[in-house]
Amino acid sequence: MKYSKTGLVALVVLRLATGWHFFYEGMVKVLNPDWTSKAYLLDSGGFLKRTFEWMALNDSVLPVVDFLNAWGLTLIGLSLLLGIFCRAGAFAGMLLLLFYYLSHPAFPGIEYLFPTDGSYFIINKTLVELFALFVIFAFPTAHIIGVERFWAAKNRRPE
Amino acid sequence: MKKDETNDNKGISRRDLLAGLASLPVLGALGYGLFLHTSERNKYKSGLLKGIKPVLPSGIPPLVDGPVLRLGVVGTGGRGMYIMKALGFVLPERIDEWKSRAATDKYWRDYLDEFMAQEQLNVRVTAVCDVFGKHAAEGMAAGSNLYRNGQSGEMADVPRRYLTYQELCASPDVDAVIVATPDHLHIPVALEAARNGKHVYCEKPLSWTVEETFEARKVVKDTGIVFQLGHQGRQTESYQVAKSLIEQDVIGKISLIEVCTNRNDPNGAWVYDIDPEANENTIDWKQFIGPAPWHEFSLERFFRWRCWWDYSTGLSGDLFTHEYDALNQILGLGIPHSAMASGGIYFYKDGRTVPDVLNMAFEYPERDLTLLYSATLSSEKNRGKSIMAHDAWMELDETLTVYLDRSSTRYKDQIEKGLLEPNKPIFSYVPGQDKIDAITTPTEKYFAGRGLLYTYRDGKAVDTTHLHLREWLNCIRLNNGTQPSCDIDQAFEEAITAHMGTISYHEKRRTFWDAINERIV
Repeated sequence: MKYSKTGLVALVVLRLATGWHFFYEGMVKVLNPDWTSKAYLLDSGGFLKRTFEWMALNDSVLPVVDFLNAWGLTLIGLSLLLGIFCRAGAFAGMLLLLFYYLSHPAFPGIEYLFPTDGSYFIINKTLVELFALFVIFAFPTAHIIGVERFWAAKNRRPE
Repeated sequence: MKKDETNDNKGISRRDLLAGLASLPVLGALGYGLFLHTSERNKYKSGLLKGIKPVLPSGIPPLVDGPVLRLGVVGTGGRGMYIMKALGFVLPERIDEWKSRAATDKYWRDYLDEFMAQEQLNVRVTAVCDVFGKHAAEGMAAGSNLYRNGQSGEMADVPRRYLTYQELCASPDVDAVIVATPDHLHIPVALEAARNGKHVYCEKPLSWTVEETFEARKVVKDTGIVFQLGHQGRQTESYQVAKSLIEQDVIGKISLIEVCTNRNDPNGAWVYDIDPEANENTIDWKQFIGPAPWHEFSLERFFRWRCWWDYSTGLSGDLFTHEYDALNQILGLGIPHSAMASGGIYFYKDGRTVPDVLNMAFEYPERDLTLLYSATLSSEKNRGKSIMAHDAWMELDETLTVYLDRSSTRYKDQIEKGLLEPNKPIFSYVPGQDKIDAITTPTEKYFAGRGLLYTYRDGKAVDTTHLHLREWLNCIRLNNGTQPSCDIDQAFEEAITAHMGTISYHEKRRTFWDAINERIV
């Protein structure tokens, strides 16, 4: 895929910013031994409310959810930042954000204990970040700016 | 191909290297951010928690071994049936009803699971007594449901119905008596049981009059029975944590405690439904009246007895005592030096004699503090319990949150160094969590104090009434003089304090406790 210079800069900035956010959120959780998603899950709304509550209240499921969430965020963040397995990272990130969205969908009539930082109807920041990852997935840049460039360079060799 | 891309024998040019690792500085910046975050957090944590060892509840105490205990239940109305449920006995048709609801509703599925998982306490209900025939019959049916079955399931022996509490208390088939009558009958029934050598679990408040409070203490002590007053708040975990924090002087010198009751529905204001099956033939009215002044038969008075001083102790005895007992448990307040009360019947002008708004101030000059109670039955604004001290204040319900006071002396240095944030929660305890910790993330900060999530939704929450009965039964089985947490001395303090408030309200004056002569003046 050919990008204009501006296009490339825009895509890489988007990738790094998203990666930054994922990595920091993930590491903060990884570094805090007391962190748990329990309260967040219990505050769920929407049609999957019961499922998320079940996760929160099940002692064998919750630690797995917490582990996958903290390390998932961290590794996805790292992949986007370094530009390595970037499309897989973007895809996994979209899945994770989809879970967050389904747990706290921005539908009218659903109230959450945890306050939102704005006014949303269906589209909220989680969904916008999910679509940002879709762009990153659709327009890869890691082979130009990122570790994936090294493989690209090898493949480019004439001999 | 450009020169710089061909002169690298590995096929990776300097340009490749730069572009491939272009984001490394970003990682460095993030690493610095995380370092800042972690050191902030450690600073935050190291402040308050140092040297403080809150006592965490140790879980459900095991059942003491011993023979099956045979229980008699006097009063099988609303509260009596709830106590029976906490013992494991529920009407078979109720089980069927829960099961049919559970089929479609997760709330009821959890409710049913929780009840079924409740440990059998090795007791049988052998006797029931209620002045209303229907209630007595329901008590018998529930009491026979040892195996927690629906209507088609196997039942155990049906408890015997006694027409008077005197006969029940004299029965050789009864080891211990549960008193869940209206307030004016608590002491007559409890003391009849004690004098017959039966152990007693008595609903709160202990007494309806001041005189019988003294008699109750004497009889319970003389007979040596195991006595528990029904303040199940004794089993609330956060109160035990609060006690341990205050003992370690975490919040500093306490000057004011505020406790409240806020309700706003007819049921909360004691306007209960009148059973259509109730009439002069199905209710033993004379026995209901008991020590109360005579009044002609009244269904309203029978079902809504809490609205009349003739049978009730009003807000002071009925609801303030819960708050008082919680604080007596945490702080060992004892009987106050004085009480001043005011209020009135401001909303429920339905013929009741007890006030629906009541404010009481209890002074403890020896402790240098005031206990303030404020109640209304016509507003649900949630106020909770606040313990205000010089260094911090504590908000207490099922959860516990400590907020640092800006002008604290004890934490002055830490506040100045920015280690602790004033007016913010610095400490929280939520039941169901196995740790106590300073709260450090925005989510945690927000949820601290909103622990309803945990206490009401967590399927593993244990009914405090079950725990309270269990403690009483364990003491009976230990048979070594051990009394439960809400024993007759605690009950005596509870009742005298409530009576001081009530007398103050009636007589529109401040009442005092003469501790030397043990009387209210």
